[in-house]
Amino acid sequence: MRKSLQLILPTWILFLAGCGDPSLSALLPGGPVAAEQLSLIKLSITIMTFVMVVVFVIFAYVLIRYRQRPGDDHIPKQVNGNTLLEITWTAIPVLLITVLAIPTVMTTFSLSESYPEDEADREPMTAQAAENGLRVNVTAYTFWWEFDYPDLEINTANELYIPTNQRVYFELTSNDVIHSFWAPALAGKQDANPGIINPMYFEADEPGVYEGRCAELCGASHALMNFRVIALEPEEFEDWVQSMKSFRPEQASTDLAKQGRDLFQQSCIACHSLEADLRNPSGPNLALFANREMLANHLTNNPENLAKWIANPGEVKPGALMPGAPELGLSDEDIAALVEYLSQLN
Amino acid sequence: MSQPTLEQKPEKDRKKGFGQTLWEWLTTVDHKKIGIMYLVSGGLFFLIAGVQAMLIRIQLMVPENDFLTAFTYNELLTMHGTIMIFFAAMPILVGFMNAIVPLQIGARDLAFPFLNALGFWLFLLGALLLNVSWFMGGAPNAGWTNYVPLSSGYEGSGIDFYVLGLQISGFGTLITGINFLVTIINMRAPGMTLMRMPMFTWTALTMSALILFAFPPLTAGLFLVMFDRIFDANFFDVAAGGNVIIWQHLFWIFGHPEVYILILPSFGIISEVIPTFAKKRLFGYEAMVFATILIAFVGFMVWAHHMFTVGLGPFVNVLFGIATMIIAVPTGIKIFNWLFTLWGGRIQFTAASLWALGFIPTFVMGGVTGVMVSVAPADYQYHDSYFVVAHFHYVIVGGVVLAVFAGLHYWWPKMFNRKLNEPLGKATFWLFLIGFHLTFFVQHFLGLWGMPRRYFTYIGGQGLDTGNLISTVGSLLMGGASVLLLINIIMTAIRGVPADHDPWDGRTLEWATPTPVPKYNFAQIPQVRGLDAYWLAKMEGKKDLPAAEPPGPIHMPSPSIIPFIMALGLFISGWGFCLHSFYEDSFIPYLIGIIGLVIAFGCMAIHSLIDDPGIHIEPSEHNKERET
Repeated sequence: MRKSLQLILPTWILFLAGCGDPSLSALLPGGPVAAEQLSLIKLSITIMTFVMVVVFVIFAYVLIRYRQRPGDDHIPKQVNGNTLLEITWTAIPVLLITVLAIPTVMTTFSLSESYPEDEADREPMTAQAAENGLRVNVTAYTFWWEFDYPDLEINTANELYIPTNQRVYFELTSNDVIHSFWAPALAGKQDANPGIINPMYFEADEPGVYEGRCAELCGASHALMNFRVIALEPEEFEDWVQSMKSFRPEQASTDLAKQGRDLFQQSCIACHSLEADLRNPSGPNLALFANREMLANHLTNNPENLAKWIANPGEVKPGALMPGAPELGLSDEDIAALVEYLSQLN
Repeated sequence: MSQPTLEQKPEKDRKKGFGQTLWEWLTTVDHKKIGIMYLVSGGLFFLIAGVQAMLIRIQLMVPENDFLTAFTYNELLTMHGTIMIFFAAMPILVGFMNAIVPLQIGARDLAFPFLNALGFWLFLLGALLLNVSWFMGGAPNAGWTNYVPLSSGYEGSGIDFYVLGLQISGFGTLITGINFLVTIINMRAPGMTLMRMPMFTWTALTMSALILFAFPPLTAGLFLVMFDRIFDANFFDVAAGGNVIIWQHLFWIFGHPEVYILILPSFGIISEVIPTFAKKRLFGYEAMVFATILIAFVGFMVWAHHMFTVGLGPFVNVLFGIATMIIAVPTGIKIFNWLFTLWGGRIQFTAASLWALGFIPTFVMGGVTGVMVSVAPADYQYHDSYFVVAHFHYVIVGGVVLAVFAGLHYWWPKMFNRKLNEPLGKATFWLFLIGFHLTFFVQHFLGLWGMPRRYFTYIGGQGLDTGNLISTVGSLLMGGASVLLLINIIMTAIRGVPADHDPWDGRTLEWATPTPVPKYNFAQIPQVRGLDAYWLAKMEGKKDLPAAEPPGPIHMPSPSIIPFIMALGLFISGWGFCLHSFYEDSFIPYLIGIIGLVIAFGCMAIHSLIDDPGIHIEPSEHNKERET
C-alpha cells in the first residue's frame, strides 16, 4: 500500500530529491535515521497530495460549472446540508489520519532509544565500543559546539568525527541559552537545553562530510553557529582517535611559531585547551586545530581568516564572546605569530 | 432618493474643527467608530510589519548578504512576527467584529461600550510601547516567541518593551474577549437563537472564549520574564534552580490557541462571503458550528506540537501529534462545506468573492502541511526550518490575510459608506496571490534542503540560492499588491460614490441597516425568524425586517475620555519600568512606573464612583436623523 502510493508520484519524489546539497539536504539522507524520517515525509506528502487533488478538482469543477453567466439571475435552491456527505468527509480524513498515525507512533518510540544504560543490555566491550555504539556528549555554547567522547577521553569542538555504520548516541545540553543540534542529512534536530540532558542518536552510511546547523535562535550569530560531521571508515576513525590521543601541542618548527606558542600560553590558554583529553568549558578545544576545515563555525580555516578572527572576533561572528586582539593586548606581529603556531597544530 | 450626496457630507464634517473631531474619536464608545479605529491602526501596523518583511527578504535575496547586520536582522524578525500577530492580524479581526457583530445580532452596541473603548486604547498604547523600543536602545530581538533564557538573561533592553507592551495590550484583548462573550450571549435580537446566529458571529463567540482561556497563561509567562529582568528573580535562571522549558509551555498554551483566535474569525468571514456571492445558504450550517467549537476545544490540547524537539519524550510527542492530526477532521468539514455551498450556486466573481475563493485552495495547502508537521519524527526535520516558516505563512497569510482582504472588500460599504474599486480590487487579488505562492511555496523546499529559520545569512553554493531569490521576488509582488490596495482605499475615500445599504444582496442583519448606519443601529430591534434573517425577509418580498418592539426612546452610552487616560496611565507605567536598564540603581524608573499605575487606578476609581446615566434618543430624533 505504502509502496504503491509512493509510486503514483514518482516525478514529485524526483523533484524533491533532485535539489539540495547532499551534505545538507534532509531529502538526501546519509543514514538510517534521516532515511526513516524521509519515508514518513514521503508518506505524509503522498496522503496530503491526495487530499489536495480531491479539493482542487471539486473546487475547479464548481467554479466552472456554477459560475454566474450573463443574464442569469435565478435564485439557487437553498440547501440546508446533507448528513451522508458530512459523514463521508468526516470518515475519510479519520481513515487517512489513522494511516499516518501508526508509523508516527512507531517511529517516535524507535527514535527515542538511548544508549543502553544497563550493563547487561550492552554487547561485551570489543574494540572501541563498536557494538554498543559510540557515545558523544554535546554541549552547545554561544556560538560553538563542544563534542566530548567520554569512552575515548577525547574532547574537541565544532567538527564531529564519527565512524560509519555505527550508531552514535548523543547526550545534548547547553551551557547558556537554548540551541538545537541539526545535521539534516543524518537526522532531525534535538534541542540543547541548559540544565537538561537530551538523548538522540544517528548513524552515517557512507564516509563523508555532513553539514550541521544550530536550529534555535540563540543570539546575533545564530546563523553562524555551524558544525560539521565527518564520517570515516571505522579504521580511519581509529587512526583519528590515535592521532588525537598522541597529539602534543609543544611542537613548533619556526621561531615565529615558538613565539606564537609562548603567546598562546599567556593569552589563550585560559580558555582554549590544546590537549585532547583536557576539557575546558570556557572555549573550544584546539587540539589538532590545523586539521580543521572550518574556522569560527562558518569560515574556511586558512591563515588569512584566522588572523582576521583573532584580530576582531565580533566582526567575523557578531556577538562572539572571544576577546579580540585589543582586549588581549596583541599586536599585528603577535597575531602573525599565533597564526603561524596554530597553523602547525596538525 | 434620500441618500446623502457627497457635497453635503464633508461640509457637515468641516463644521467641526480638528480638535472637536479628535475629541470625538478619543472619547467615542460607539462600536462602529471603535471598529474603524481598530482597522486603521491594525492596517498601519500591517504596513510597518510588511516593510520589515521586505527588509528581511532583501537581506536573504543573495547568500552572505550584508544589507542588514545580524543584530538588526534579529530585531526585524522579532518585530515582524510580534506586530503581525498581536498588532495587525488580531486588531483587524477585532475591528471587523466591532463593526459587524452588533449589527449581525441586531444589537445597538456591545454589552460594555466603555470597556470596548478601553480595550482599544490598551491595545494601541501597548503596541506603541513596543515600537518605542526602536528609539530606546533597540527593538526586542529574541523572536516573537521570546524563548528564555535568551530573552530573560542575555538580550538587551528591547525585551522589556516586548514584555510590558504585550502585557498592556493583552489586558485590552482579554477585556474585549469578555465583552464579546457577554454581548453575543445576552444581546441577540428576539428570535435569534444560537443556531440562527450568522457564522461570523459564531466564530467571534468562539474566538472570544479562546481569548478568555489563552491570554492568562501568556500574561503569567510575561510576568515571570518581567520579574526575572526587572526585579532580578530567577524563574528562568538554570544556575539558580530555574527551568527554561516552563516559558515554552506557557507561551504555546497561549500560542497555539492564538492561531485559532486568528483563523476562526477568518473562517467566519469566508462563511459570510461565500454564501452571499454563491446566492446560497451556507451548506451544513450545523456541522460548521460544531466544527468551529471542536477546533477551538482541541486547539487547547495540541500546544506541545511546537515543542517536539524540546525533549519531552516519545509519549508526549505521540499524544500531541495525534491530537494535532485530529484537528484536520473538523477543518476538513469546513472546507467541504464551503465547496458544497458553492455547488449548485450562482457564483459571482466580485473582488470580495475572489479573495474568499482564493482562500480555499491556499488555506488547504497550509492545512495539509499542518498535518505533516504533526508527524513528530518528521517534524524533527521540519521544526525551526523554512518548512515551518512556509507552513505558518500559508495559514496566516493564505488564511487570515486573504480572509481579511475578503472582509475588507465585503464590509467596506457598510463601514465607510462606499464601495472599494472592483477592478483594482481584483488586480490586487491576482498580484497578491501570485506573489504569495511565489514567496512561500519554495520555502517548504528551502527548509527540507537544510535552511533553518531566523538565519540572517546563509552560505552560497549549498543549494539554497535560487529558492531564496524566488522567494524575495514573490515578496516584492506582495508588497506591490499592498500598495495597490492602499491606492484603492485612498481613491475610494476621495472619489468613491455612496454605496447602497445592501450592495451585495446580503443575507444577514447588517445589510438591513441603512447606510450610513445610525448611531443606534436599529431604530426598532428586529424580530429574527431564521438563519439569514434579512435574506428570508427579502425572499418574502419585504423591504424591511419585522420589528420586535414599538418605537421608543433609545438608551445609548455617553462618550468618555477615561478609557484613553487609563490606557495612557498604563503606557506611562510600562515605559517607566522599561527605563530600569538605562538608569541602574535609580528609583526614577520605578517612580514613573508607579505614577502611571496611580493614573490608571485613579481613572478606575473615578469611573466607579461617578454614575453615568447615558443618553436617551427620543423617537422624534431618530426619525429626523433617518430622513436626512
